[in-house]
Amino acid sequence: MNMIVSMIIVALIGIVTNNSVGESGRAVDKTIQIAAKKFEFTPGEITAKKGEPVVLEIKSEDVNHGFSLPDFGVRGDVKSGSVLRLSFTPNKTGQFTFTCDVFCGSGHEDMAGTLNVTE
Amino acid sequence: MNNIDRRDFLKLAGLGGVVFASGLGLKTLAAGSDSSKANGVAEFSFVQLSDTHWGFDGPSINPDSQGTLKKAIVAVNGLDQQPDFVVFTGDLTHITENGKQRRDRMSEFRDIAGGLKAKTIHFMAGEHDASLDRGDAYQEFFGKLNYTFDHKGVHFVVLDNVSDPAAVIGEAQLNWLQTDLKKLKDDAPIVVLTHRPLFDLYPQWDWTTKDGSAAIGILTPYKNVTVFYGHIHQEHHHMTGHIAHHAAKSLMFPLPAPGSVPKRAPLPWDAAAPYKGLGFRDVEARRADYKIKEQPVLKS
Repeated sequence: MNMIVSMIIVALIGIVTNNSVGESGRAVDKTIQIAAKKFEFTPGEITAKKGEPVVLEIKSEDVNHGFSLPDFGVRGDVKSGSVLRLSFTPNKTGQFTFTCDVFCGSGHEDMAGTLNVTE
Repeated sequence: MNNIDRRDFLKLAGLGGVVFASGLGLKTLAAGSDSSKANGVAEFSFVQLSDTHWGFDGPSINPDSQGTLKKAIVAVNGLDQQPDFVVFTGDLTHITENGKQRRDRMSEFRDIAGGLKAKTIHFMAGEHDASLDRGDAYQEFFGKLNYTFDHKGVHFVVLDNVSDPAAVIGEAQLNWLQTDLKKLKDDAPIVVLTHRPLFDLYPQWDWTTKDGSAAIGILTPYKNVTVFYGHIHQEHHHMTGHIAHHAAKSLMFPLPAPGSVPKRAPLPWDAAAPYKGLGFRDVEARRADYKIKEQPVLKS
């Protein structure tokens, strides 16, 4: 039991300590959690650093959504009630739009956010 | 992939307001040229109306949301030469999550479209019509989501890239397309009518079809293919290889040029220039050559 609790704590530390060094001494990828819900992503604005790997964990809180970040060739289906994990490494700086690309309802066309990639 | 903007297009055509397009690319038609007779294909015209969004309500965007479509139909009926048929390339109605309201809007839209003098009308769905119920209500009112028809030697293919909420054509329909085209010679004139762009126009605004490249791949062996579509609420012309793609204006609200502003949002109504950015087009077809004339909602 204690071991399981320890593993959970280590995992949580891995999520919270963005780009920190894990137990093994290996760099832990930055993880960003995003909630998808009609008709917005929360947070709607996220930040990453050029050249540093990122893991996006996107959870749908209602119906099926999509997540598309075409400037980095990143997309996936965000199924209702499940978590989608997408990994990528930004290779350019700037502001980039991500959208829901699975038609989800009357406000679907407004469901978008911004990724800011800095040096 | 060649990118040809409107200015290049008009420069090529040598005219303002009229575009000559060909399945073999873009070219100016010499007056009196008549390859059609040699090919035994008669000339004809059709009208494309698109993105009418019946049921939309937003006074700052279109204070005449109840009247614009009706005015456009009057304008079509007033054309000097009546078209052989009319096509509506999707988003006939504006999205609603209420199934009864969706059907009411479709019923009203169908009644209004019935006011066209041209009695042959080909409908297709947009995501506002069909994405929330996979086209169930749409099919009750307008029939199949994908189909073909032939007119005076031209083979028309209606592709559905909206009823799947993931905005794909899907493997089954792609197979259907391939089978349908097999019966044609490789120089047969083919027109594809669809709602979303088949190419990656601007995926950041979801102006694409995820498996559109597969459709283009199936169409590419054919020499005379032209695509007419809607969705982006503005005139736009683009080439993928030898295939020309022509987007039509909306009859409810215009949208900004792809990527020109941070957010894709309807352009506000211009009281000084009512119906600016809205309109329809009539298309004169001669074999695989199409003379496209953009028409305003109201004649000036």
